[in-house]
Amino acid sequence: MIRLISLSLLACASVGIAAEIPLQERRSGFEFMSPQTQAMQAEESSNPGMLWVADGERLWGEPHAPDGKSCASCHAEATKSMRGVAARYPAFDEQTKRPIDLMGRINQCRVQRQGATPLTQQSDELLALTAYVAYQSRGMPIAPAADARLQPFRENGRAWFERRLGQLQLSCASCHDDRWGARLGGSVIPQGHPTGYPLYRLEWQSVGSLQRRLRGCLVGVRAQPFEFGAPEFVDIELFLMQRAQGLEMDTPAVRP
Amino acid sequence: MTRALVNAPKTARRGEVIEIRAMIQHVMETGYREGPNGVTIPRNIIRRFVCKYAGEEIFSAELFPAISANPYMAFSTVATESGTLTFEWTDDKGETQSASAEITVT
Repeated sequence: MIRLISLSLLACASVGIAAEIPLQERRSGFEFMSPQTQAMQAEESSNPGMLWVADGERLWGEPHAPDGKSCASCHAEATKSMRGVAARYPAFDEQTKRPIDLMGRINQCRVQRQGATPLTQQSDELLALTAYVAYQSRGMPIAPAADARLQPFRENGRAWFERRLGQLQLSCASCHDDRWGARLGGSVIPQGHPTGYPLYRLEWQSVGSLQRRLRGCLVGVRAQPFEFGAPEFVDIELFLMQRAQGLEMDTPAVRP
Repeated sequence: MTRALVNAPKTARRGEVIEIRAMIQHVMETGYREGPNGVTIPRNIIRRFVCKYAGEEIFSAELFPAISANPYMAFSTVATESGTLTFEWTDDKGETQSASAEITVT
């Protein structure tokens, strides 16, 4: 009898009921890395993400046809005007009545205010500009916008986070809430906080977006990933930023 | 779009050992990978890196396909005189990227 009870308890434990990580235990992915990778990120001269930031700085001041306007024409110095912006994104977009992420906003601004062609999804140029803008929030705590209109989308993001997906029937929460700190193969499972995007991933040998990372996880559980730019991704990001509230922004982060 | 980031102390005392760091944005395509269409992606790596101090070569390296994208190199030299440090990376396409840094030696 006792054996039966303990077996059923074990079964319960292995299925796992997704419990949120207590606030005081929330830790950035930075803390789960080896000292070598941490040093690579911390020193700007050895952080390869800074190559994209440098490119973003150039693009920020680059004028575009037909008006010859650059980002700097309206926003002046990014070091002042963009400080803290990435820490509170995604924001509510009045036009589409939906949340919009930083990349989406940059492209929207390009098309509507500069009259330029939109940058290709996940292109180095768009990643560079986004990294440059997000870099201005480095060291600041994540502080999601307190906009009530975002709440239903955030809840949708939470629902996706907790939903079991794919052939492996795993949710984001199965790993990042229930098993953080454990190992998956040789890698430590982090808590999944989006503190440093766009970030340089050693596996990618390049800078990539949160959406690229999420697609990687979706393929990992053998689910059909959303397309780049899908609204579901923005909703998930909204929830993740809420979940990571108070953690330090470290764009451009380096991750293994 | 290729970028290079170089880092050297702006000032140094004569005879001091200084550390120099150089990183360049480059795909370092090995030539062993296939693209989505099954066709081999041609090799494109940086073959040679040279650093000159006041016109004199102080460090050079040959690079090979196993070296990661965006290669980073750190090395040291002795500060002898004020001048310019120049950095040059040459890849398989024969393109050369360069960067420079000034150092004042007292």
